[in-house]
This record gives sequence, structure tokens and C-alpha cells, in this order.
Amino acid sequence: MSTNLIKSMFTKRVSLKPLTQYRYGHIIAVHRDTKYNNSKIPFKFTKSNLERAKAIVAKYPSQYKKAAVMPLLDLGQRQLGFTSISVMNYVAELLDMPPMRVYEVASFYTMYHRKPVGKYHVQVCMTTPCQLCGANNLMDTVVSYLGIKPGQVTSDGFFSLEEVECLGACVNAPMMQINDDYFEDLDSKEKVVKILDDLKLNKHPTIGTTKRATCEPFSGPKVLKGEPLDVRNVTRKDI
Amino acid sequence: MFRPMTKSNSGIRTAGRRFLATAQATPNRVHGGLQDQDRIFQNLYLGNSKRCHTGPWDLKSAMKIGDWYKTKEIILKGDKWIIDEMKKSGLRGRGGAGFPSGLKWSFMNPPGWEKNVGPRYVVVNGDEGEPGTCKDREIMRKEPHKLVEGCLLAGRAMNATAAYIYVRGEFYHEAETLQRAIDEAYKAGFLGKNVCGSGYDFDVFIHRGEGAYICGEETALIESLEGKQGKPRLKPPFPAGVGLFGRPSTVTNVETVAVSPTILRRGSSWFASFGRERNQGTKLYCISGNVNEPCTVEEEMSIPLKDLIEKHAGGVKGGWDNLQAVIPGGSSTPILTAKECEDQIMDYDSLRDAGSGFGTAAVSVFDKQADVVHGIQRLLAFYKHESCGQCTPCREGSTYLSKMMDRLAVGQANEKEIDQALELTYKVCGHSICAMGEAFSWPYQGLVKKFRPLLVQRIQNYKKEHNLADRELKNGGWYKGINLKDGQVNGSPIPRNSLYH
Repeated sequence: MSTNLIKSMFTKRVSLKPLTQYRYGHIIAVHRDTKYNNSKIPFKFTKSNLERAKAIVAKYPSQYKKAAVMPLLDLGQRQLGFTSISVMNYVAELLDMPPMRVYEVASFYTMYHRKPVGKYHVQVCMTTPCQLCGANNLMDTVVSYLGIKPGQVTSDGFFSLEEVECLGACVNAPMMQINDDYFEDLDSKEKVVKILDDLKLNKHPTIGTTKRATCEPFSGPKVLKGEPLDVRNVTRKDI
Repeated sequence: MFRPMTKSNSGIRTAGRRFLATAQATPNRVHGGLQDQDRIFQNLYLGNSKRCHTGPWDLKSAMKIGDWYKTKEIILKGDKWIIDEMKKSGLRGRGGAGFPSGLKWSFMNPPGWEKNVGPRYVVVNGDEGEPGTCKDREIMRKEPHKLVEGCLLAGRAMNATAAYIYVRGEFYHEAETLQRAIDEAYKAGFLGKNVCGSGYDFDVFIHRGEGAYICGEETALIESLEGKQGKPRLKPPFPAGVGLFGRPSTVTNVETVAVSPTILRRGSSWFASFGRERNQGTKLYCISGNVNEPCTVEEEMSIPLKDLIEKHAGGVKGGWDNLQAVIPGGSSTPILTAKECEDQIMDYDSLRDAGSGFGTAAVSVFDKQADVVHGIQRLLAFYKHESCGQCTPCREGSTYLSKMMDRLAVGQANEKEIDQALELTYKVCGHSICAMGEAFSWPYQGLVKKFRPLLVQRIQNYKKEHNLADRELKNGGWYKGINLKDGQVNGSPIPRNSLYH
């Protein structure tokens, strides 16, 4: 094969650009060096994180140190903001693992962001129970407020948006997660806008449901209204 | 497995009908109406924590409602006693499969287990990802001490040395609450060396997942805990033989573990007095979707579905007559029509007889304004997204089915494609490594069985709208005007990203 042909195979490669608007984040497992994400950028845990890492590794049997790979990658992500190739390499070194085993893990789980995300990563649950309660309206509100589509980051790097699958708060649907916090029962536009407004102003919006205490009916608990039962009074006599 | 409902195998349904019609039937009581003093999760609405002005992790307030009471005595009763009590209580696994818990725990102690020296593990499955289900989250954030104590007692029954609680990654605050509860228990001497002064050593650790539905499958969970991709293992060997870190281990659901201390304390006969035979106990129900007051509530097993929705969830939006369908046990259980819901009882056996499943008792309600087809389409997109990609039937099957469903949801298909997709699900069922194959096949099979006219009507409407004669719409949704260019389909009305549009 002539060198020209080989050259043209590489140069005429289909652009990856259209993929960005799809939800392929976890499916594309390929790493491509960029300015902000390449293996030459050094990464190290801070001193406090290194101590945390030691405590995490101690949870697992000593011959199975690699079990700590998930929590350590998470720790790295919390320190840096996303799981870069340097974080993965560093964790691999720390746990005496082949780097490829770490890449496998980092590309399998959806909570590792292998690209930088916004300071506030907004995840809107769109699975059926939320959809029944109007998750589409919620998403419309967020999309029009932020001016970005799912999978994108705002130009100031403040917000990023993602459409996610069931977040396990179906009783409190519709809901969204921003970083680690759940915001639930978002049944009106105003509530959503207020939360995002607060974040923009660096205020702390109230975490959790916006309509009730926790998971009881809206009109208040129908059961468990009285004094809680003390099981000590009804414990069997023979123990 | 999926069993079609026929007159002959729907024993409970006929029994239910007989009961409603006349008094000559066997005096079969209607279940439900659980009293507050029989609820296990007393702090479900934070009643106790509010009274004590503390968080749910606080040990003292938990001890006030009887957590950690006489734990030492229960431990000293020994493994056989605990397992016998669990067997007698009739508790079935609350994670969905409904395997008898006492029996499962006893697999850890085969004759001569002592000779296999080394650590043994209880793995608690808190990777709650099934759409509709949100019960484990409530336990972890409100009753963490019941869970931690349950780990200890389950560990004692299985002669385990440690428990790992696998909490789904998104539940950050729940994991934090749980960790604080564990720390308090360690401080009080309830965990660690010589727990509660019983001479038994036991540790509890939390492992946070990172967002993978498949890690709720037991062997995938073990793989994930070992620091690998969460891809299910082939069984056998079963985890009770070779499990976590190559040691005997058992994976159980959070709710199963969390109810066990109360069962042991109040006695197996107390627990077994609720619900129908072989379906005993109480259960956390999550009622979501188109109901007036979605909520999580603890109720008796075998409660009629109608009672559950009307009494606890404030009824269907627009009244019971506005009910269209119900998914009774989490997304992977086949859908039920409104007519079937009329006299449906919520337990493992009756729902299986009705051609559905009890699953995790996560009731998702669709009213007549809701779009059932679109709901199932979104579920199949969920399964496509969450398939781990290890075995072909599931990886390819879920993708094919999801793509077909995208078209069926708008009607851009032929009627015979409904059956082709159905055929595909039959090829997947039972041929995948884990139960994920069934999990995404059942919703579609249920939809076709119960709501086929809706699908057919949608196809006909589509043809009418686009002025297409019968022959003009080809399999795969192709017709004149749709073409391929640069690897992209052009001119097709299906949105390219069908998830959010």
C-alpha cells in the first residue's frame, strides 16, 4: 500500500464531531490526548486525600488491593473535577494494577466523567416513572434555562447537563441530581429556575424534596403518626 | 419465567373472585390495613428522629425504638437458631426474585464448612436501580441502624467475618448517613472485635458503586466490588461456594437484611402472621406515576393492589376509572391492564399467576392520559443503556428491541414487526448470562400481550398521516424519501436521538 493511501486513510477519517450531541459518553471508551487530558499532565492526591485513600484501601483484604480502584478513581475525580488519564494512571500505580484494568473500570461506569464537566453537573432523570410525572417539562425548562443540550457544557463552564436513567427516587418524581444532591418533586417551572438561579449566585438551594418532608404522601403521613413503637416492649421472652 | 395467564393456572384470581362474590368461599381474609405497631420501619417518615431531634444515624435515638436490643443474646443463640427462625418466618428475598431467605442463608453452612478456613462475606445489595423502586434508599437514609444490625445478624447466621454494603453511587448522602451509623456502632462496641461482648468479630464496610444498573445482579456486584467491570459471572459456581474475593459469600437485598433483626426479636410467627401462605410478611411498597399522592409505605404482603393505591397513594389521578395500566413490581415486570388490577393481590405467587411479577413491589401507575407505549419505549432505552455488553443476546437484543420500539412508538413500522420483535425477545429469554435478558424482554412481551391494539392503531395512523399504502412502508421503517447519507439516516421522522426530543 502506498504511503499516500495510508495517509489519506488517517486524514479522511470520519470526524467525531457529530457524536458529541449523542449520549455516548460511556460507550466511546477511546482516549484521545487533548491539551487538558493527556498522560503528561501530572496528578497526585493531596495529603488529605492520600490519607483517605489509605483508609479506603484498608477496607479490602491486603491481597485484593485493586478492589479499591472504584473509590480511588472517585476520589481522584472529586479532586480534579473529572477522571483524566493521569488520574487513572496514578490510581493504577497506587494499587499496583496494570493501567488497562483501571481504564476498563473507568470506561464502564457512567459516573466517571472522562471529559471535564461543569462546576454544577445537572443530571435529569428521564426514565418512565419520572416521565409519567413530567420529566420532559423539567428537561425543557433546564434546557431553555441553560441554553445547552444534554451532553454539553455551558461556555462559562459553570453548568453541564446530562440525561440520565433512573436515579432511584421515583416516588419523588420528577427529579434531578446536581453534583451529589437530589432535588425532588420538581413539578413546576419556578422551582427548577429557582434552584438554578441560586446556584448561579453561589447560594445553596435546599436539597431534597421541594414539596414535603421525605417520601410520605403530599398531604402528610397517613400512617406512623403516633408515638413510634418500642420493639423492646414486644420482644419475645426467650432471648 | 414468564407464564401466560390462563384460566387453569390463575388459581388465586379465581379464589379472589369467589371471595368477592359470595360468602360461601373459604374465610379468606382481605390483607392490608397493617397497624402502626406492626410496622418494622418506624422511622420511615423520620417520626422518631424528629422526636429525638437527631439524625437517623444517631445510635441513642435508634436504641429508643429498640434497635440493638438484646443483640448479644440473639448472636449467642447461634447460626442454626437464626436460620431456623428466618425459615419459619417465611421471608422471601426482597430484591425481586423472591427466593426464601432462610434457605439462601443456610447455603453458607454446608456440612463441613468449618474446614474451609478464612474470611466469609455477607454482601448487601444496595445498588437500587430498577425504575420505580426507591425503598432501599429510604432504609439507608432513615433506618441505617436496622441495616447495620441486620448485617451483623445475617453475618452471624452465615458465620461470616465481614459485610460489604454496596451502595449505589448516586446515593451519596445515603452512604454518608449509613457510614455515620456504622461509625457510631463501632464506637459503641457493636461492631469490630468481640461484638456486643459475644466473642464474635464482625466488620461492616461500605462500597459505593459508580452508576451501573447491572451491578444489582449478584455476580456483577461481586465483580464490581473486586474492582472490575460489573459484568455478571456464569453460575455455577454460586457465590455461596466461590464469591467475593474467592471466598464463600451471599448477596442479599437491603430490605431483606434490614427486616431480619425485627423478625428475630419479635419472633418468626409474628412475621408469618401477615400475608398469604408462602408470601408472608410486611413489605415496603413504592407507589409512583400517575397517582394523587405518590409515596413509600410499609404494608402487609398480599394487599389488594386497588386498596394500596386508593388508601395510601390517594387514588389514581382522575379516579380509579381513569386507570389505564400498572407496572406492579418495578420496570422489568410485565404490565397489567386496568381490568386485571381490579382484583389483583400484591404478592409473589398471585402476580406470577397473573403473568407478571412482584419484583420489588414498585408500583408504577399509568392513567388514561399517559402513553403506555412511550413508557415502555423509554424503559427499553433504559435497558439498552444499562446492558453491560458482555453477552450477545442481551447486548444486541436490547439494542435491536430498543430501536424497534422507537419506531413502534411513533408507528413507523409494519404490523408483522410487532411479532418479529416478540420473537426476538423469546430468543433472548434464558440465553443471557444473567437475568437482564428477561428483564428487558418481559416489559415488551407484556405490552404486546396487553396493549397490542394500541400498537396496531399507531401503525395505521402513521400510514394514514403519511399517505402510505400497505406495501410502501417496508420493514425497518423504510419508505420513499428516506435515504442514507454519510452513515446517517435522512428523512426519517424518528428523531436521531430518541431519548430526549
